[in-house]
Amino acid sequence: MQLNDHGESLCGQHVLQYPYRRATGPILGRFFTEIRDNGRFLGIKTSSGSVLCPPVEVDPDTLEDLSVDDLQEVGPAGCVTSWTWLSEPRPGNPVQRPFAWALIKLDGADSALLHAVDAGSESVMRTGMRVIPRFADERNGGIRDIACFVPED
Amino acid sequence: MREVAIVAFGQTPNRRKELHRNDAEMVAPVVAELLKGAGLSRRDVDFTCSGSSDFLAGYSFSWVMAIDALGAWPPIQESHVEGEAAWALYEAWVKMLFMDEIEVALVYGFGRQSMTSPRDVMVLMNDPYLETPLWPDAISQAALQARALLDAGLCTERDFAEIAVRNLRHAEGNPLAQLSGRPDPDELLKAPTIASPLRKHDCPPITDGACAVLLAAGDRARALCRRPAWIRGLAHRIDVQALGRRDLTHSVSARLAAEAAGAIGTPIDIAELHAPFTPQDWILQRELGIAKRTIVNPSGGIHQGNPMMATGLVRFGEVAARIIRGEADRGVAHATQGPCLQQNMVCVLEAE
Repeated sequence: MQLNDHGESLCGQHVLQYPYRRATGPILGRFFTEIRDNGRFLGIKTSSGSVLCPPVEVDPDTLEDLSVDDLQEVGPAGCVTSWTWLSEPRPGNPVQRPFAWALIKLDGADSALLHAVDAGSESVMRTGMRVIPRFADERNGGIRDIACFVPED
Repeated sequence: MREVAIVAFGQTPNRRKELHRNDAEMVAPVVAELLKGAGLSRRDVDFTCSGSSDFLAGYSFSWVMAIDALGAWPPIQESHVEGEAAWALYEAWVKMLFMDEIEVALVYGFGRQSMTSPRDVMVLMNDPYLETPLWPDAISQAALQARALLDAGLCTERDFAEIAVRNLRHAEGNPLAQLSGRPDPDELLKAPTIASPLRKHDCPPITDGACAVLLAAGDRARALCRRPAWIRGLAHRIDVQALGRRDLTHSVSARLAAEAAGAIGTPIDIAELHAPFTPQDWILQRELGIAKRTIVNPSGGIHQGNPMMATGLVRFGEVAARIIRGEADRGVAHATQGPCLQQNMVCVLEAE
């Protein structure tokens, strides 16, 4: 091992990252733009009549392309359909104190969005509870524009 | 259609951290032993396919280095899947069905989770717009599935603990196992949750390891092995990626794969389920229609060791090895990848 003049080993830090840049496309682009500019959520109506939020570009039943005309407003409040309490947050998590991950079905939607619920305590959490979004102060057009969800009352 | 069988299986001991060997050095002795046991030289292998992940290794084309384990000169017929090595077995099997040139195929998988934080790295499999930027770790995602089972009243946290106890007890008979023992489920349930309702015993160990399987077709298989484990059915299906669009209490893709492989409604002696988390074991037993008489995870399952990207192929090998040794006549091997059982592969293996 090579040592420098102070008897220290020479180390290089290796940061594991895959720094891809991705385009959001027509549907998710509108979804994120509405959140960023207006604090509003969009779902997409499929041929079966169900409303998916987050919206998708392809109808899961017919495999036909969906269009921006199929988008409709949902939320912003919603219901927790499943949750877990994470007592030690991981690096990069939206909340850096004990919090819940939850699947959240926004009002008017038939599918759920994954996000954090900053509830303060696990005892507050239950399936079916109502939550509302808390938006980030600075919004950049991504999912992190939602800082987290919080209990409705 | 050609008949294809697993004729040999080998794996490294399952270790928390492989300190002194790189990927090629881990794979090389497993492959060498496998070929030696079958009485073959490396020149007798017509096709080789491997499964591993650059995301675990931390650099691109990491699998290329592992080819050093094969002594690939003169050049060999070779392929790789970026993922679980059971899918590499699938590729080799499909090629063997249609290509008479391939009589013997080598499939191997390897993973060294100790080099990274697997519960975080796995998030790179999620939706890159909606989920990955939040870093919902793999244990938390599995916990959402566990909660869905509890909420539906389908099972209890004690059921999860008993699955861990079963695996650990079976692992006692496995000299290569990383974890084994006879814990009391009530004691296990006293542990704190990592991501409620999941506790440490519900989660897979972090393992460095590798495994390899030898496939052979028709009479070549009969010549190489007294009692080959014939692949009677093999299928894989995929569920939608987004957790919020699935009924997490079910695994539709596991059920469809099991039906397509012919695993449903037929007598099965043993089943090896690739269930990284205990609630997924419960789901798979239901979706695969596992009967009471079937011995589930005789190897110790995920608690035996979790050399990620080889863990699913180990399930194939463990079932095949028991058939080859005459301990079972018919078995089911299952492999998965993706969050909350997103992708599932089911194989029916049988003696002649």
